[in-house]
Amino acid sequence: MNLAEGVQFVSMGLLIATMLVTALGVVLLENIVYSAFLLGGVFVSIAGLYLLLNADFVATAQVLIYVGAVNVLILFAIMLVNNNRAFAVVEGTKVRNAATAIVCGGIFALLGTMVVTTPWAISSVPASGNASVMKIGLHFFSDFLLPFEVASVLLLMALVGAIVIARREFIPEIFSPKGEDEALMLPERPRDLVGSGKD
Amino acid sequence: MTSGIDLQGTFIQSLENFGIPAGAAKAVWMPLPMVIMLVASTVGVLVSVWLERKISAAAQQRIGPEYAGPAGVLQPLADGLKLVFKEDVVPAKSDPLLFTLGPVMAIIPVFLSYMLIPFGQNLVITDVNMGIFLWIALSSVVPIGLLMSGYSSNNKYSLLGGLRAAAQSLAYEIPLALAVMAIVLMSNSMSTIDIVNQQTGYGILGWNVIRQPVGFVIFWIAALAECERTPFDLPEAEEELVAGYLTEYAGMKFALFYLGSYVNLVLSALLVTVLYLGGWESPVSVDWLAGLAGVALDTPWLQVVLAALGITMVLFKCFVMVFTAILIRWTVPRVRIDQLLNFGWKFLLPVALVNLLVTAGLKLALPFAFGG
Repeated sequence: MNLAEGVQFVSMGLLIATMLVTALGVVLLENIVYSAFLLGGVFVSIAGLYLLLNADFVATAQVLIYVGAVNVLILFAIMLVNNNRAFAVVEGTKVRNAATAIVCGGIFALLGTMVVTTPWAISSVPASGNASVMKIGLHFFSDFLLPFEVASVLLLMALVGAIVIARREFIPEIFSPKGEDEALMLPERPRDLVGSGKD
Repeated sequence: MTSGIDLQGTFIQSLENFGIPAGAAKAVWMPLPMVIMLVASTVGVLVSVWLERKISAAAQQRIGPEYAGPAGVLQPLADGLKLVFKEDVVPAKSDPLLFTLGPVMAIIPVFLSYMLIPFGQNLVITDVNMGIFLWIALSSVVPIGLLMSGYSSNNKYSLLGGLRAAAQSLAYEIPLALAVMAIVLMSNSMSTIDIVNQQTGYGILGWNVIRQPVGFVIFWIAALAECERTPFDLPEAEEELVAGYLTEYAGMKFALFYLGSYVNLVLSALLVTVLYLGGWESPVSVDWLAGLAGVALDTPWLQVVLAALGITMVLFKCFVMVFTAILIRWTVPRVRIDQLLNFGWKFLLPVALVNLLVTAGLKLALPFAFGG
C-alpha cells in the first residue's frame, strides 16, 4: 500500500465514522437545531465519499445543493419558528420510540441483506474522472432527458407554490376562532385564486 | 509549457537523493505550498486592513494610522495583537459549543478556497478539475457558520444578523454562479488554470472583461454582497442590529470573523482577477514580446522573470479590485434589506440569466471569439 492508498483508506474510515455518528445524532438528539447542524455534517461526509469514488462533480454538487441550499434553508426555517421551548412530555413515548426503533432496525436489516445478497455488476471501465461533467451533460440530453425535464417541471411547480404561499395576507385583527381549535387556524384573509371567480 | 523550472520535482528529487523514500519526500513537499498560501493570505489581510484604514481616512479627509511603523503599516498587526490579548468572553446563556464552532465554520471554507487561486501557470496548490465550481460550493457553506453564531449567541440582534446573512448569501449566490457559468461556457473548463489560459495570448484584448462586461459587473456586485461589505453589510448594520451576528463576540473569536471577512474580500478580488482580468497575464503579452526578442520560453532566467511578473500582475490586479471595494464602502450608503433582496432576485438574477443566454448564443455564432 503506497501513500495515496493509505490516505484514501484512512479518510474513508474517518468519513464513514463521521457520517454514522452525525446521522445518529440527527435522529437521536433532542435539540432540533443540533440535528439540523449535524445534518450538514452528514451531507459533507457523503460528499467526501463521492470524492473517494472519483465522482468530483457529484461531490461538489452535493456540497453546493445539500449543504449550501437545503441545509441552510432548513436552519432558516427552524430559526424563524423555533421559540426554544422544550417539547411537552407526551404519554406513551417509550412505546412509540420502541416501535420506531423496531421498524427502523427492520428496514436497515432488509436493506443490508439486499446489499449483501445482490450480485452487483461492478463496471470494469475506469472512472471517467475529468470528463465526468461532459458525460453527465450528454446523458441529461439523451437517455435521461425525460427525468431531467420532469424534475424541472417539479421545481417550477414548487416555485409557483412557494410564491402563492408567500403572497398570503396575514390579517391579525380579523382573526376569530369561532369555536375551532386555535392551533389549526391560519390568521389570513380568504383570497380568490388567481384567475378564478369574477367572470 | 511544463518544461523548465520544476520546483516540486527538484525538491522531491533532492530529498530522494538523501535516501528518503519517494512517498515520504512527496509528503514533506505537500505542506510547503499550503503554508506559504496561508501566510500569504494572512499578509494580504494585513495589507488590505491597512489600505482600508488609509483609504477611509483619505475619503474623510483624515490622516489615518500614522505612528505604528512608517505610514502606519504596522497598525493592523497592532490591532491583531490587541485582539489576541482580549478576554475571550462566552455569554452566560449562550450555547458554548456552537458559539465556538460558528467562527471556525465561517472561516475554514474561505481559507480552503485559496488552493484554487493560480499565481502562474504552475503556481497553484492544486489544479482541481472542478475549480471554480468548488469555490461556489465552498462559499455556500459559510452562511451555516454565520447562522450558527447568530443562533448560539442567544441575542435577538445576533439571530437577526445571522438570518440576514443567510438570506443575503442565498440570494446573491445564484447570480454569482450564473456569471461564473458564462465564463465556464467560454473556456470549456471549470479549472482556474484553463480559464486563465483561455484569456492569454492577446494581452489586455483577450481578457474576459472585454467579452463579458455585464458578467464582470454582476460578479463583482454579487461578490461584494457575499463578502457582506457596505453597501451590502446588512448582517452587521450598526444602526439597526448593534453588530449583527458579531454582537456577542470578543477576543480571538471576533478576530476570526474579522480575518475571515478580509480574507474573503481578497479572495473575491483574486477570483475577479482570474475570471475576468486575465490572471497572471500582463496587459501586453510577454510571450509575444519574448517571441519578438527571440528568447525561447523555457530559458531559465525568462521563466523566473515570468513567474515574478505573473505573481506581481495577479497581486496588482487583485489590489486594484480591493481598492475599488474599499472606495465603494466609504462612498456608497447601505441599502435596505428589501432593496437588497429585490435587487438580487428581480434585477441581478434575470440579467445574469440573459447574460448566460447571450453568451451561449455568441458561442454558437462566433466560435473563434467566444471559445466555441
